[in-house]
Parts: sequence; structure tokens; C-alpha cells
Amino acid sequence: MKIYIPTPLRAFTGKQETVVVSAPTLEQALAALTVAHPEIKAHLFTPEGKVRSFVNLYLNDEDVRYLPQKEQTAVTERDSLTIIPSIAGGALPAGQTRAKAKADSSTSLRNDKMAARKDKVLVVGKIGVER
Amino acid sequence: MALRIGQQEYRALRAHGEETYPNECCGVMLGKSGDSGNHVAQVVRAGNTRTDSAHNRYHIAPQELVKIQRQARELGLDIVGFYHSHPDHPAQWSRTDFEEAHWLGCSYVITSIEKGRAVLTNSFLLRGTSEEDKSFADEVVEVKD
Repeated sequence: MKIYIPTPLRAFTGKQETVVVSAPTLEQALAALTVAHPEIKAHLFTPEGKVRSFVNLYLNDEDVRYLPQKEQTAVTERDSLTIIPSIAGGALPAGQTRAKAKADSSTSLRNDKMAARKDKVLVVGKIGVER
Repeated sequence: MALRIGQQEYRALRAHGEETYPNECCGVMLGKSGDSGNHVAQVVRAGNTRTDSAHNRYHIAPQELVKIQRQARELGLDIVGFYHSHPDHPAQWSRTDFEEAHWLGCSYVITSIEKGRAVLTNSFLLRGTSEEDKSFADEVVEVKD
């Protein structure tokens, strides 16, 4: 099966975007990936061997967490596994109340306006992207 | 290091923040990474699934990320970063932004939206080799005409 590697983890797969492994189950496919590219293991799994909480695994278009057999699901060479770390965040720090955030925000916005004087945004000439 | 982005893409991500005000917007930046930094060729809007607290939180559904990553692959591009807005809050990363940042080597762009208007746009490169040694570094945003 094909395993699609996200940008940040390609440093551990020799810059490969796709790794092809042969295995009967998802669990064994992931094991094969870590055998071929040992450095990736710590980024996917906790020391206890569980998939890290921020790592999402999609078998084709299905979230592996919601598959009846999860990592034990059988796979074929036609399947693909996508590894996708989560994306989240926001202005309010965890555990902070909205009132406190609003008070902090007033001060910070003033700082923001001052910071704008030394804006780090530059306008440059034409640039292009190699594809 | 610098984040290079076209004027059109730069305007688009700032406009997105104004449109979703007072809630946070979020999206993905596609492009290429080079020795000098990340280079954005396209920005893709994403939905904010944090409807319970959208004014100060954002989250992109992994399913949507899978589709965007596929779209990038088809275009010969990579995911090089993400953007979101801070309504009535500075364009600086928060503790939540840092704790939830896992895409090492990618740029995290934040635009402050003050009373519905985009004010400042900053970019932070997530440096490091693991969750244990990651850090955000300021990076210059270079906008082309």
C-alpha cells in the first residue's frame, strides 16, 4: 500500500512524499514504515507504542479511529494511508477566561499597533514557484 | 528565513479574516520549501470546526486536510504552512497556537483583525526536530507585487 507522508515528516523518509510497503494490516504497514525509516517512529508513536494524539491516520478517506478494527484493519496494495498531523490553535490560551483575554487583548492591541511601526512585511519584486 | 507570498494570496488570507470576524478564520498555504524559506503559491480556505468557541479557537478537520494535501499533490505543491486570524487580539502566537503546532518546518501566519479590519500579519516558522525541541521563530513576510 501507499503511505503519504506529510511535509514535516519527510525529513525522516529521505524526503520521500510516498512510501510503498507490503503488509496485510494497517498496523503491520506502519511497522514496515518504521523499519524502513526508523527515525519516523518517535514522531508517530508515544514511548508506549500508541499513535500520538495529534497524528491522524486516514485509510483512503476513512479515519482509522472510527474503523471497526482500527489498526487491525486488513489492507491491500490498492489502499492508501495518509498521515496528517492536526491543525488547531487560537488566540485564547487554554484555561484562560474570556474576560481575562479581553483585558489582555486591550494591552496587546496597543503593543500590536506599536509593533506595526516596524512591520516585518516587505513588498518585493516578482517571484515564482518551481513546480 | 522569509515567507514569500504573492500579493493576491496575501490579500486573500487577510480578507478571509475580515469576512469571518468576529470569529477566527483558518486555511492552508500550498507552495514549496527552499533553503531561504517557504514560498506560497496558493492559499486554500478551510472551515473552522470550533463552532463552540470560534471567536478565539480554530481547528481544521483532518478530513479536509487530507483533501487539501491531495489537491497540493495534484498541483505539484506541498503544504508549507497555515494561516488563521486573531479577532481583536494581536498577531502574535498564543500558548494554544504553540501547543497545537505540529508541522515542523511550516510557516504559521497570524493576522490580527481589529473591529473587522485586518491590521497586522505576522509569520512564525515552526523550527526544531521534534515536539520536545520545537520553537516558533519570527520570519519576514515578503509580499510580491
